[in-house]
Amino acid sequence: MNLKELSKQEERLESGHRLCPGCALPMIARQLLHSLHGEPVVVGCATGCLEVSTTIYPYTAWKTPWIHNAFENVAATMSGAETAYRVLQKRGKIPKDKKIKFLAIGGDGGTYDIGLQSLSGTLERGHNLVYVCMDNEAYQNTGIQRSSSTPFAAATNTSPVGKIKKGKEQFKKDLTAVIAGHHIPYVAQASPHNWVDLMKKAEKAFAVEGPAFINTISPCVPGWGYKSDQTQEMARLAVDTCFWPLFEIENDVWKLNYNPGDKKEPIINWCKHQARFRHLLKPENKELLDKFQAHVDERWEWVKKQCGK
Amino acid sequence: MSGESWKEIPIGGVIEKAGNSKEYKTGSWRSNRPIHVPDKCIHCMICWIVCPDCAVKAKDGNFSHFDYDYCKGCGNCAARCPKDAIVMKTELEAQKEDEK
Repeated sequence: MNLKELSKQEERLESGHRLCPGCALPMIARQLLHSLHGEPVVVGCATGCLEVSTTIYPYTAWKTPWIHNAFENVAATMSGAETAYRVLQKRGKIPKDKKIKFLAIGGDGGTYDIGLQSLSGTLERGHNLVYVCMDNEAYQNTGIQRSSSTPFAAATNTSPVGKIKKGKEQFKKDLTAVIAGHHIPYVAQASPHNWVDLMKKAEKAFAVEGPAFINTISPCVPGWGYKSDQTQEMARLAVDTCFWPLFEIENDVWKLNYNPGDKKEPIINWCKHQARFRHLLKPENKELLDKFQAHVDERWEWVKKQCGK
Repeated sequence: MSGESWKEIPIGGVIEKAGNSKEYKTGSWRSNRPIHVPDKCIHCMICWIVCPDCAVKAKDGNFSHFDYDYCKGCGNCAARCPKDAIVMKTELEAQKEDEK
């Protein structure tokens, strides 16, 4: 993965979109598009920040065919588009050797919660497409409401911190493991700070026959409450604290792609930069922090066990 | 698009010109400006891959310039630069220097 060579490729997500300064979504989207090396691709986006802010009428930032979707149906729409392509090829309306890729993108709201049913159906039917979840851990687009992906103890507008309640009371849903349960050819978890890893995973996902799924962590400046130049750092810390392990599952074989080993950082190193976790720094909330840390450690051990480490 | 009657708007709200968001300049959002220091730059292109706004322009695999029409001044390029070859200045400071 040579950045100098990649920078000669055409940019397929244009400037002028209206995502926040320092947003991780276009970073991930650009890495995905560059990993295709100019191959034709049809993109569909579920409702979310990326969908709304890149296509404010009458403008679009996409230089690919692009389909707008509601929250719940991007996987269904793209499975239809992929089927249409196969049928048209069979009838000779599209040349046999013309390869077209299909990419569905959803946020955590559109993937973990509302679009889960249509995604599950698409994976079960075995459509040849790639689904990428860009997980910013809440409904950031509608004003920071909790989702099933919001981590434990994080403050959102629907899980606020007050005298009695201290942020979200439940743990984050492990969606990547849920998808792994569909036994599709390729499942992975990636982060935009490690573009080599993310783009290699995207290349693999686009290459496999059948459905592929990549879950990516997408730090959010206003939702998480950190300085806009720290997006890459927040993604790195999520990985180095083992909150967001980097692994891939090829034909049901789990493989750990990155192990910080002795350099594993405590979860507080990630939390202390973020306003949504501000209350965890107070001595009276140490119990919460310990509970969060214990949960992260437990999940990390589980992932390592799956990967045979 | 302004000045068009509704009869000229494509059916279904289809946008016919791919990538026309370029007509909307987001550079005015910026309160901090990245400044390139050519002497320190090793053209590793990390700033190019991390830029969310495609505002780092490359030429023949090397850093060319910042596109200030679209740069929102988030500062991730400067934060990730391994050689401190990108300095963030406040927009006010940078504009004063421009005037000199």
